[in-house]
Amino acid sequence: MSRRYDSRTTIFSPEGRLYQVEYAMEAIGNAGTAIGILSKDGVVLVGEKKVTSKLLQTSTSTEKMYKIDDHVACAVAGIMSDANILINTARVQAQRYTFAYQEPMPVEQLVQSLCDTKQGYTQFGGLRPFGVSFLFAGWDKNFGFQLYMSDPSGNYGGWKAAAVGANNQAAQSMLKQDYKDEITREEAVELALKVLSKTMDSTSLTSDKLELAEVFVLPSGKVKYQVCSPESLSKLLVKLGMTQPAAEAS
Amino acid sequence: MECVFGLVGEGFAVVVADTSAVHSILVHKSNEDKIMVLDSHKLIAASGEPGDRVQFTEYIQKNVALYQFRNGIPLTTAAAANFTRGELATALRKNPYSVNILLAGYDKETGPSLYYIDYIATLHKVDKGAFGYGSYFSLSTMDRHYHSRMSVEEAIDLVDKCIIEIRSRLVVAPPNFVIKIVDKDGAREYAWRETVKDADVASA
Repeated sequence: MSRRYDSRTTIFSPEGRLYQVEYAMEAIGNAGTAIGILSKDGVVLVGEKKVTSKLLQTSTSTEKMYKIDDHVACAVAGIMSDANILINTARVQAQRYTFAYQEPMPVEQLVQSLCDTKQGYTQFGGLRPFGVSFLFAGWDKNFGFQLYMSDPSGNYGGWKAAAVGANNQAAQSMLKQDYKDEITREEAVELALKVLSKTMDSTSLTSDKLELAEVFVLPSGKVKYQVCSPESLSKLLVKLGMTQPAAEAS
Repeated sequence: MECVFGLVGEGFAVVVADTSAVHSILVHKSNEDKIMVLDSHKLIAASGEPGDRVQFTEYIQKNVALYQFRNGIPLTTAAAANFTRGELATALRKNPYSVNILLAGYDKETGPSLYYIDYIATLHKVDKGAFGYGSYFSLSTMDRHYHSRMSVEEAIDLVDKCIIEIRSRLVVAPPNFVIKIVDKDGAREYAWRETVKDADVASA
């Protein structure tokens, strides 16, 4: 491994690798896991929270999930400050599209546009890549519900189920085993929580260690992005048997 | 003295434009096609400054094509209309285009539609619209006879009524008109209405 080719992002190593991009992915490997699952009637995103403290304002701020536009949301894994910049960029791109065309931006186009931005940081400017991987969940009239994963290199792919962050390979193989094409949103939530509980270090899940969000379509036809409140998340975890009910806690 | 008008019928939209290319008192040609096929299911009928008309409509056409190549899906008529309006709006306070446009299109989900876009970037979705001096006559005629969900025959009949009105009442009325239609099967030329025939010239 040639350390001589590390420091500049915009050059290849003799083996044809971009070390800075790979190091960025290393940084993400230490961040909280995020899992996304595509179902027939919605997309589910769950994230493992690394910052757990009773003092944190959970009702207003989220750590892992962000809304990009009315019809697109994302889960992040990696350096949060980098993620904020990219999330803002994505939001501006989505609004710019709507300003020009008076229609919501198709999800893949939004992902592609953001990834083009990320790619720029691997080729010119001399700036380091963003240390963030995203899971984009959204709906548009062309392809319905979609899930995309993107990484610091600027590559992206459409997925039925994907994981980013710590233990993402283990999570991904578990998802591969248990995912069925006709999965419903409820089953997807269950599967996502199940996989997350297995990849997380802790023995039992509590709602303060997780975030759960869903993208689905209301009967009125509007797309809804809903973050599960801590109370309903606790109830759900109890129902799925992944946590001790409050009464039993000492 | 350019005349452009159009209307929406049952499952189709029709636009009509005169075909005179005029410079001051000289008529360059009487078979200038001012209705551009924007993509498979969209038409732009444009009137105004000749250089701007061609430049702007070709610019829109190429951008619409680029979108389709990049993204694998065509723009809806509404999106194309809003994009067009946006381009006119951006240029308005710097370097305006003197072009008036009627954009007709057919979308599978929403059916036929017609958009009125004037040179200062006004955008209206309309059932019938017109530009130029001819609009005084064609709009009045359409107001009298138009009803929603007209058949192709009824619509062409109304178009012919408008053309007759323009020919008889406008002092320097253009002699020839082209009629184009867009429906689920695409955008295409429907007919010409000629009183003066040009000798055929090889196109540029």
